[in-house]
Amino acid sequence: MPGRLPRVLRGKLLPPAMAIVFSALLCTVALLISAGSPGTALAAMVSQVGKGTTAVDILNSATIYYLIGVAVAIGFKMNLFNIGVEGQYRIGAVTGAIVGGATNLPPVLEPLLVILSAVAAGALYAALPAILKVTRGVSEVITTIMLNAVSIGILALLINEKTFGVLVNNNIATKPIPQSGWIPGVSFGSHGTLFGFVVVAIAVGIAYWVMLNRSRFGFELRASGESPTAAMAGGVNAKRMIVVAMLLSGATAGLTALPELLGRDHVYTQLSPQGYGFTGIAVALLGRNNPGGIAFGALLWAFLDQSAVSLDNVGVPKEIVTIMQGAIVLSVVVSYEVIRRFELAAEQRRVGAQLGTATVAAAGGAS
Amino acid sequence: MSLLTNSTIAPSGSSATTRHRRLPSWGRGLLWTLLAVALLTATADLTGLAAITASPTVRAGVQLAIPILLAGLGGLWAERAGVVNIGLEGMMILGTWGAAFAGIHWGPWAAIVGGAVFGALGGLIHAIATVSFGVNHIVSGVALNLLGAGIAKYLSSLVFAPITHNPKQSPPVEQLDTYSAQPLAAWLKGLEEDHPRYVLSDVAGILRGLVSGVSPLTMITVALLVLSYFVLWHTRFGLRLRSCGENPVAAESLGIDVYRQKYLAVVISGGFAGLGGAALVLAPGLNIYLEGQTNGRGYIGLAAMIFGNWRPGGLLGGAALFGYADGLATLTNGTTVLGLFYGVTLLCVAIALVQLYHRRWTAAGVAVASSAVLYLVYLSIDALPSELTSYLPHIVTIVVLAASAQRLRMPAADGLIYRRGQAG
Repeated sequence: MPGRLPRVLRGKLLPPAMAIVFSALLCTVALLISAGSPGTALAAMVSQVGKGTTAVDILNSATIYYLIGVAVAIGFKMNLFNIGVEGQYRIGAVTGAIVGGATNLPPVLEPLLVILSAVAAGALYAALPAILKVTRGVSEVITTIMLNAVSIGILALLINEKTFGVLVNNNIATKPIPQSGWIPGVSFGSHGTLFGFVVVAIAVGIAYWVMLNRSRFGFELRASGESPTAAMAGGVNAKRMIVVAMLLSGATAGLTALPELLGRDHVYTQLSPQGYGFTGIAVALLGRNNPGGIAFGALLWAFLDQSAVSLDNVGVPKEIVTIMQGAIVLSVVVSYEVIRRFELAAEQRRVGAQLGTATVAAAGGAS
Repeated sequence: MSLLTNSTIAPSGSSATTRHRRLPSWGRGLLWTLLAVALLTATADLTGLAAITASPTVRAGVQLAIPILLAGLGGLWAERAGVVNIGLEGMMILGTWGAAFAGIHWGPWAAIVGGAVFGALGGLIHAIATVSFGVNHIVSGVALNLLGAGIAKYLSSLVFAPITHNPKQSPPVEQLDTYSAQPLAAWLKGLEEDHPRYVLSDVAGILRGLVSGVSPLTMITVALLVLSYFVLWHTRFGLRLRSCGENPVAAESLGIDVYRQKYLAVVISGGFAGLGGAALVLAPGLNIYLEGQTNGRGYIGLAAMIFGNWRPGGLLGGAALFGYADGLATLTNGTTVLGLFYGVTLLCVAIALVQLYHRRWTAAGVAVASSAVLYLVYLSIDALPSELTSYLPHIVTIVVLAASAQRLRMPAADGLIYRRGQAG
């Protein structure tokens, strides 16, 4: 098999390369419209990484994006579109913050309690769409989107002086988590502090890899995604898979806001960062649902987010970054599809040649 | 071989509709409308909450239903051609920017065109990704939502920020005049307000909300709904388009250019979503582009279409339901919204009676149980928490879909990836 290695490499390397070229083209067009120079813009963004706390900020953001990216990927692996990670992570965060504020356990136990309650709340909030999908056949896409909106109302209801809110610096927030519940970070002096939660994110990545590649559940998950009929014929209970995958996805989403909650803010407010859910979807798409790929996607996304500030210095609106992100996601999904078709056609031709039949006949008859 | 098996699946639906001596679709629509009016009237009179049928509530409901209806029409066009369009939200966002941009420069009518054009551009991107490149429809839609939000944000900071000094909003767009059907509206006003009478003034209030203060955009939307129905179900073009959503392989074998049909459908779909965005920008009392003003209405439009069973009439019902829920939540307080629980209790009792008549015991049991639960909720609290009332349309969406999803039938090849010549 002399041709094998290059072909595998081509399948792995060509799509990202194509995506980069394509999205660079789109961004160039957007930059030229605003009379900016693509070269200076890119240079400004790259040099921003070395300045101030940007490098650490990128890693911190990437930690958050990675957690939520994995949460989305668990569903995507079996073609389950959990668009609701946004609501699940916020419900998880507020539950964790409330539980943390109400208890005062010794160190290690306290953060563990916060983490567990956030995970449980995230899973619980994902349970409704899962149940509706398996019992009533309602598309999870619509229910989760609606629950995202409802979660904002639930937050407003929970963080309220009549319920669990207290006034902290003119801002209604949950009761602060006692110091025993904080997860200390790694300080880099003037370059910022890295979240200690980065360890948890790495652990989640490893667990996700092991689950996918080394467990029966992971095998069934991938099988359900690639061919539901084959999986069912192989004895996989489709309904059970949907519920378990959805709960796992929601549980992982529950971790998302904890780096900030346990490592920096210690309270949760209605103004706490939101919108990670859609970042998570994008990052999972960029990473092709692979543990390593998601890490790359999270870092890229964090880089674009954090070094966008530098664009204002070279006279380009920093909002162009959101176009870049959208363009990159679209380019990545399109390039992978194009390469997949190309590989499929090449495979058919190769098989046709090996069987000794004419190439044309093989390509026509195989489907 | 495969052609034979496929063609046996293709004709469906027609046999199902003629099974019983069922009402024609306009008759069913009329029946549902009467039922809705009767339910609202009964609720308003029995709970003493006049706001439920007051004309301002209904008028606000109509205005809020328009963007949802337009987004739903967008979804209808795309999904009838077999392309799931979760990107409606992104196209709608593009539409809001396009409408504001055109509106500032050339007036409100240009805003309508601008919104449609920008939405259609979004539709074109979705078509390229899903039809030509065969990307998963939901993946492409999600990516498009990101891209649409990004483009609108970027263009807004580029174009509007120098004028308003706020990258999140545009300068005001000139307003469209509204019209009332006189002397009908004045007569209804007399009925509703002068000597409030049981039932009569409620019905007058609902009707007055429908015929007074009507924006031209509302009339255009209703015309587009009728036009969509006519084109999709009564023209050759519509039949071809729907055949691509039901069985593209069979359509191809009959010489239809499936790619062309799908492209057209998705671009038109984007145009409708963009019009929905324009309707938000031109909404009375706002008249500006505001970042995040779509607030998930594209998704609600999609849900309205699913609720309407991928049919224009049902879509109208869904949009009216969500618009009304939105109007009630915006204009009134938690007490009035809670009054709706009473109305839904009545509805559940009615459903239970119908199910008992048909001897469907489980369904009747579920209906009785839910009416009991709802009535208990109605009795035990004074008002729905104000934090939750603004999410009434979203909650209604979930409940309605959970109640109706299994009776719905989507186009057979909806969301499936089709490649030219895949039948072999």
